[in-house]
Amino acid sequence: MAGTLVVATALDGTLARSALELLGGARSLDAALGGGVAAALIGHGLGLVEAAEILTRHGATRVYRAAHPALTAGQTDAVLAAVAGVVRRTAPAVVLVAADTVGRELAPRLAYRMRAGLLTECVSLGADGEAIVATRQVYGGRAIATLAMSSRPVVISVKPRALDAAAADGTGTVEDVAVAIDEAALPTRVQEVVREQAERGLDDARIVVGGGRGLGGPEGFKIIAALADALGGAVGASRPPADAGWVPITWQIGQTGKTIRPALYIAVGISGATQHVAGVSGARTIVAINRDPEAPIFSLAHLGIVGDYREIVPLLTARIAAQRGG
Amino acid sequence: MDVVVCLKQVVDPELPARDFAIDPRSRRQAREGRTLVISTYDEHALEVALRLKEQTGGKVTTLAVGPQAALGEAVRKALAMGADEALVVDEPRAPEWLGAEVAPVLAAAIRRIGPVDLVLAGCESADWVERVVAPLLAEALGAACVTFAARVEPADGGVLVRRMADDGVHHVAARLPAVVSVASDDANKPRLPKVKDIVAARRKPVTVVATADLEVDPAWRLPAPEVRGVTVPPRTGTCEMLGGEPAEQVEALVRRLRDLKLL
Ligand SMILES: Cc1cc2nc3c(=O)[nH]c(=O)nc-3n(C[C@H](O)[C@H](O)[C@H](O)COP(=O)(O)OP(=O)(O)OC[C@H]3O[C@@H](n4cnc5c(N)ncnc54)[C@H](O)[C@@H]3O)c2cc1C
Ligand SMILES: Nc1ncnc2c1ncn2[C@@H]1O[C@H](COP(=O)(O)O)[C@@H](O)[C@H]1O
Repeated sequence: MAGTLVVATALDGTLARSALELLGGARSLDAALGGGVAAALIGHGLGLVEAAEILTRHGATRVYRAAHPALTAGQTDAVLAAVAGVVRRTAPAVVLVAADTVGRELAPRLAYRMRAGLLTECVSLGADGEAIVATRQVYGGRAIATLAMSSRPVVISVKPRALDAAAADGTGTVEDVAVAIDEAALPTRVQEVVREQAERGLDDARIVVGGGRGLGGPEGFKIIAALADALGGAVGASRPPADAGWVPITWQIGQTGKTIRPALYIAVGISGATQHVAGVSGARTIVAINRDPEAPIFSLAHLGIVGDYREIVPLLTARIAAQRGG
Repeated sequence: MDVVVCLKQVVDPELPARDFAIDPRSRRQAREGRTLVISTYDEHALEVALRLKEQTGGKVTTLAVGPQAALGEAVRKALAMGADEALVVDEPRAPEWLGAEVAPVLAAAIRRIGPVDLVLAGCESADWVERVVAPLLAEALGAACVTFAARVEPADGGVLVRRMADDGVHHVAARLPAVVSVASDDANKPRLPKVKDIVAARRKPVTVVATADLEVDPAWRLPAPEVRGVTVPPRTGTCEMLGGEPAEQVEALVRRLRDLKLL
């Protein structure tokens, strides 16, 4: 039993970007612990050929390609069956999984089946002697916990966008592995996927404008969307607008929602609860627009404007649009 | 449908920053003198259970593992919201346990409650946000698993779950028994108990057992991580407030963003 296995998914036909971040983490662990880096490529369709190449180029010296038509978005039971198959075959010491919709359920269930230690939602990985040491946010982002696991095997889930992607300087081989999935026997089944991705993806946007309860309703989001458009950025939200259905759930930023790392985050009508800020702490510059001078967001932002967003934001939008135009 | 709802008690996650501290001995948040509440998403899970009961009948049992003396208020609140019964596993070490340690005890307690159709938990505990308990329970109990549910409806002898996903909403059909973890949504906003509910709750049965009274299958246990430290990062930087009339504020912001090469 040795080495690190990265679970790389291609459930919508193309490789999830987080796979390259996992390979980055796996390679740095491997530098300390040895044993090699392999990947389990899980998905369906023709895109898997290219996905396997991308994985070998980024440092997986061996790719186990598990393809099956049941391996589609959100089908966690099928993914678990496929990954468990590769794990039985390869007996890795460490398994890295992305803490995304499928991965955050997969990690504990796989750990259970492997009798493995479990570290979840990690934002950094390292080694101290034989121990794997990871850090993660706790208490609504107010604190960072350092966790260690000396025993093996270990299953680790890693927050998307926390680790740097691996360099494209590797070579490796690809092996197809048989996947036996009895679809009728799976205990859960995704009947429908209602995609609610924003046009301009929030995940990788350089500029994000976030709206909170202070926007008062869906109409307020039109006002900040105009600003985001002028800036060429994306729109996000705090939890209350997502809960209320003013915006799609995929727009939620924070502890339960997305973690983003834009160059610029503009928080509008957001009070600045730690659970929200936990999702934007990687932003280079944070601007807050809030009518309450005492709002906690002002102790976390770099630039602050006290005022009513209905006055400030349209002025800002016009000013930026004029600059772009001229 | 008979439903068990797992309720964790945590220090109020919205506690002001000045009351937040890490106890250096336990490497956990200081609890002494702080308000304890039901972990945020667990109340949403209870609301989902109560709505299912209104639709299908059956019984809602709450399950909490923790120091009994501290748990009273959480249990009373859950019963006042409408749960039928409560099981408390008196476990003084629970506030320091991670998910891998509490899941086997929860599994044993659920076995003790008897055959149930559905186990609900929060999608993440408000303090440690591990997101492991529901999936571990599903494995231990041999049940179906769905996480981050906004809504749960009875359907075809199982349940249909609206799952909050990275790419949108997934409609997931699950067989019973199932373990489902619940996220927040306006459709599962926790109800506020009325005075008569609070009074009626006093007559509802609360069973207290100790961990030692439960049969914890050793196969349910996974190695738990060692917590080496919990640190509060220092707050750096100060906010530059841009004053004046709105037009001046906007002008100043544009200038600063240009200086920072963000525009
Ligand atoms: C376990 C847990 C997980 C959580 N996860 C998340 C998460 O992922 N994401 C998240 O965002 N939250 C999360 N929360 C909730 C979080 O604690 C806060 O409750 C939430 O972020 C508050 O949202 P808000 O700032 O939009 O609303 P509020 O706190 O209500 O703030 C609204 C702000 O708008 C301002 N305002 C009002 N009108 C105007 C106006 N006309 N112009 C300008 N400003 C105005 C007000 O001054 C106020 O500051 C979580 C909480 C818990 C306990
Ligand atoms: N001590 C406990 N007692 C009862 N339920 C718990 C306990 N600890 C965790 N849970 C349940 O597990 C959920 C998820 O926890 P976690 O995996 O730690 O994020 C919580 O929201 C609770 O529903």
